[in-house]
Amino acid sequence: MGLRIGADVGGTFTDIVIAFVDGGYSSTKVLTTHGAPEIGILDGISRMVDQEGVSLTDVEQIIHGTTLATNALIERRGAKTALVTTEGFRDVIETRTESRFEQYDLNIVLPSPLIERADRHVVSERLNARGEVLVPFDEDGARALVERIGEAGYESVAVGFIHSYVNPINEQRFRDLLLADLPDIACSISSDVSPQMREFERFNTVCANAYVQPLMASYLVRLRDELATRGATCPLHLIHSGGGLMSVDSAAAFPVRLVESGPAGGAIFAADLAKRYGRDRVLSYDMGGTTAKIALIENHTPATAKTFEVDRTARFKKGSGMPISIPVIEMIEIGAGGGSIASVDSLGQIRIGPHSAGSEPGPASYGLGGDDATVTDANVQLGRLHSDTFGAEDIDLSPALAAEALERSIGAPLGLSPADAARGVAEVVDENMANAARVHAVENGKDLSGYSMIAFGGGGPLHASRLLDKLGLDELIVPPDAGVGSAVGFLRAPFAYEAVRSFYTTTTDFDVDSANRILAELTDEAMTFVRQGTDAEVVVERQVAMRYKGQGWEIPVRLSEAPFDEMAAELLAAGFTKAYEEFFGRAIEHLAIEAVSWSVRVASVVEAPPPVELVTTGEPAVTTIDSQPMFDPVTREDVETVRLERAAMPVGTQVDGPAVIVEPQTTTILASHHRAVMQTDGSLLIRRMNT
Amino acid sequence: MSAAQELHNQVMWNRLISVVEEQALTLVRTAFSTSVREAGDLSAGVFDREGRMVAQAVTGTPGHVNTMAAAVGHFIDDIGPERIYPGDVYVTNDPWKGTGHLHDITVTTPVFRNPDDDSSLIGFFSSTAHVVDVGGRGYGPEAREVYEEGIRIPILKWAERGELNDDLVTMVRWNVREADQVIGDIHGLAACNETGRRRLLSMLDEFDLPNLDDLAGFVFDRTATATFAALAAVPNGTYSNTMTVDGYGDPVHLACEITVTDGGMHADFTGTSPLSRQGINVPLGYAEAYFTYAMLVALAPELPNNYASLAPFTVSAPPGVILNAQHPDPVAVRHVIGHFVTDLTLGAIAGVLPDVVPAEGAGALWNFQASARQASATDPRPPVELLMFNSGGSGARPALDGLTATAFPSGVRTMSAEATEQVGPIIIWRKEIRENSGGAGRQRGGMGQVLEVGPTDGYQFEFSAMFDRVAHPARGRRGGKDGAPGKVYLDDGTPFPSKGVATVPVGRRLVMELPGGGGFGDPAERDPAAVDNDRHQGYIS
Repeated sequence: MGLRIGADVGGTFTDIVIAFVDGGYSSTKVLTTHGAPEIGILDGISRMVDQEGVSLTDVEQIIHGTTLATNALIERRGAKTALVTTEGFRDVIETRTESRFEQYDLNIVLPSPLIERADRHVVSERLNARGEVLVPFDEDGARALVERIGEAGYESVAVGFIHSYVNPINEQRFRDLLLADLPDIACSISSDVSPQMREFERFNTVCANAYVQPLMASYLVRLRDELATRGATCPLHLIHSGGGLMSVDSAAAFPVRLVESGPAGGAIFAADLAKRYGRDRVLSYDMGGTTAKIALIENHTPATAKTFEVDRTARFKKGSGMPISIPVIEMIEIGAGGGSIASVDSLGQIRIGPHSAGSEPGPASYGLGGDDATVTDANVQLGRLHSDTFGAEDIDLSPALAAEALERSIGAPLGLSPADAARGVAEVVDENMANAARVHAVENGKDLSGYSMIAFGGGGPLHASRLLDKLGLDELIVPPDAGVGSAVGFLRAPFAYEAVRSFYTTTTDFDVDSANRILAELTDEAMTFVRQGTDAEVVVERQVAMRYKGQGWEIPVRLSEAPFDEMAAELLAAGFTKAYEEFFGRAIEHLAIEAVSWSVRVASVVEAPPPVELVTTGEPAVTTIDSQPMFDPVTREDVETVRLERAAMPVGTQVDGPAVIVEPQTTTILASHHRAVMQTDGSLLIRRMNT
Repeated sequence: MSAAQELHNQVMWNRLISVVEEQALTLVRTAFSTSVREAGDLSAGVFDREGRMVAQAVTGTPGHVNTMAAAVGHFIDDIGPERIYPGDVYVTNDPWKGTGHLHDITVTTPVFRNPDDDSSLIGFFSSTAHVVDVGGRGYGPEAREVYEEGIRIPILKWAERGELNDDLVTMVRWNVREADQVIGDIHGLAACNETGRRRLLSMLDEFDLPNLDDLAGFVFDRTATATFAALAAVPNGTYSNTMTVDGYGDPVHLACEITVTDGGMHADFTGTSPLSRQGINVPLGYAEAYFTYAMLVALAPELPNNYASLAPFTVSAPPGVILNAQHPDPVAVRHVIGHFVTDLTLGAIAGVLPDVVPAEGAGALWNFQASARQASATDPRPPVELLMFNSGGSGARPALDGLTATAFPSGVRTMSAEATEQVGPIIIWRKEIRENSGGAGRQRGGMGQVLEVGPTDGYQFEFSAMFDRVAHPARGRRGGKDGAPGKVYLDDGTPFPSKGVATVPVGRRLVMELPGGGGFGDPAERDPAAVDNDRHQGYIS
């Protein structure tokens, strides 16, 4: 195997990681170049290649993840796009769910539709729920509409017809008419992009795809060409939101699948570590500058979902964003990052976020003009972050500015000292994250007891020890390269594609032939995508989402490899009952069971990482930086706290809390009852002492 | 109290709220009732040992705010404090002790610090959900007395010391349609209380607390201070308002007089129309809920609900008015009138809160409720019950346009047309914004929508219509124009009743034009760019 490169373009930084043949890594962070993100990547790669004395021709694979598609949606910088839909349903993406996401706010503003009403057009056609024609497709009307689309100068067209997930014929017919007349226009049809029932989510998804497609396609082609010009001979692959790899061509056709791909890399990173450590139940905790992301990883596999929301406009509140129906790694994201701003509400309670000071002006302690107190400022005030060991070279952390901001934003209104204000901010942000983790666990029918935590991202290791206590967990692992975890995760991802389709049947009236046909088609579709990238051995996973008749929320049931036979309904019912009991404690008797949505995931087999032999005790650390009193949230008083370099901890080194362990990209905090032991792979294993 | 202790208490308070949110979420995921999962028609809360609510989950239903808060006191009284044991579960659907109609089942579970010690009661969890059926005539306004509306379960033990009360389960099972779903939902309510109980005990362990008392005291104290500070925005005095809505048969005149004192806000509904013969009557507790919601949403939107935030709000009404239904008055669809209490009481204080109170909106939901029956007697297919939630426009706000096709004060969500067509013999032909329906104003009212539905081949709809604001549109405020009134007719132009039972025959479609919200401020002051955009998008023509 040759060199491999991972490139993660984030909101502030572009992380580049080179993986060497011997398994080692080297990484760098360069500023993201928002206008043309490929410039940042290419410069970063060139710098790394020069620095390591290697050549681009030695690189075997480049894997890329980007927030470009996400940002284009959030900032509304996509193409001039039209939506073509069934007559009678012009406003589906505007009327949404007809509800308010915040029950106690008279002044909520609903997210505006991605494509405004004047750009939404209708065609006379209608299928019923079985895909049969109720109103024939109006060829003349469609041709006239194509003409108007050409005249209006649209760059991209989204097509979403009612019940097209059952029968795509009319969507395909419109696309054919459109491309026959306007061969250069981009066109996305909902039965290709997301053939799932529920028109609001499906239409929105096809609109999002069409909206970012011209931008993403041209970006990806530019990047690929420029890499080739600079001597790269290897393929470029993209990481998608489901945590797998896809080819540039697939990504250019379905760019909506690139949304949230960076955080997906983080979950892959944690899953890989979970496997190395043989941990079957893991909580992945990734805290960056703006948000914290929490994902559950069972049996070394991140939990997945079929839909998620992008661009939540109101405090990350459920329902305030745009629903996108594509397979994603399931995670909860809350406005709790280092840059999140702390304030005091009308109840005299400290609130954190969702607004972030970002990189400009940044936290007050950065001295770049920020006035607001942030989580980072609280960490500076508490002595958890120090200027001499802070990673970013051009930033000189100022404890005085942190104290001033905390005094102004929190201390004065509440009558607290800056120190107490900082404790309050830290406690509230930790509590917010712990509550988010609990809710996420409940939503997935899980009880967190017995989980291990894996913490990464710039802020994760700072807060993880406290989070561990709040969630009642016993074990924390802080991996090496935590600061660029997502980009490292890219390099460990399989080629994978998940195909999903809605098909409604019940266990009392089970349609064996249709179910078998749909699963076969989904398998073909997923396999085709994977085979564009690799010839490696693959695994195929098949799932169906089921519920009791009358319920509105489905739970996933894993299917075996064998096609369905006359015993299928019985087996499915048994599988569902078992899964239901796991979620909710007790099954319900006598009720019919419905199957709603079917999915097949094909993934290449990734070589299993070598297991890590656990080192549980060792020699105390010898070299320390200094020691000073610091607030300990366990004893809730100031106690003498040692500070040391992570690099000065050989394998087997043991550090008892309270302690501050520093490294270039992050800092790990140990509470007074925690002990860290350096592992053979460079991870810190942190557990409660005497347990 | 030291600053550190203050922070510690705040953290514990937030944790308590997350415990009840978790309790509510468990319920949403398992519920069979469409209105629970789509409309959030449920509530969940934790109470101290005296039955005072300490925290409540935010759900889609303001109607449960006060009713639920008062319920646990009734449970303690009726069970008797000496008969409350560890492992017990209590149940009721009494409209006057629960949340206003038989379809809402409330389950309450006591929490003991030590399950082996009968004297260690520390509080209660309680939760309410709208169930699929309670027997009787089925859901609708046609009953003359509550006896016809279904089975009435007094406050009883569903389980005692962990043993299920099989007699009661059997009694319920034999008196409702869809018994498996209803019994399943009652078990679900008990299970979500159990989730809350376990989380509360582990929280008390973590924070090393013997009981809830000190924390509840802290919550009540801080909330009372913040609530009274918020109420100061309305000067002491008397404020009144009236509103007329369609009602059932005769128009319903709603009247309120709000008296504000240092002690709180009291709404009196004297002058309101008498009781209806139909089940649109409202138990007073339900009217109180929509009054309290109105005041909180206008004055103190950030305050979490608990005993202390609700205590300053009281109501009264003479006997015999539609907002003070008494047993055995029929109350099944009390929301149709009850939802208007929010706009009614907000209107009273609009003069002193000119920058807060919106214009009137569509108010009551336009729920599509029908039984699809085979048109031919020889057709063996069983009838199918259909339910869709649809909202008109909400009123324009002082600085923002109203929300189009969005519920207020209810928090209801609509269902996907595709999903609805998958499970029932219905075709939704049209569901689109209703142009020109938002009341003109400096801020435009939210637009209603047009809905056109018909049965699939061989079926007809038996329809129970409950549509309001057909004769009485949402009024504009401060010079804003009224929203468009609603219209209901068949696609061949035949008029269709907006209230009562009627048939949509085979081959016909029902067209519903949902009302728009009222405008706010003089239309002449509207930003010309906003007018241009309304025209460009086709919102107005």
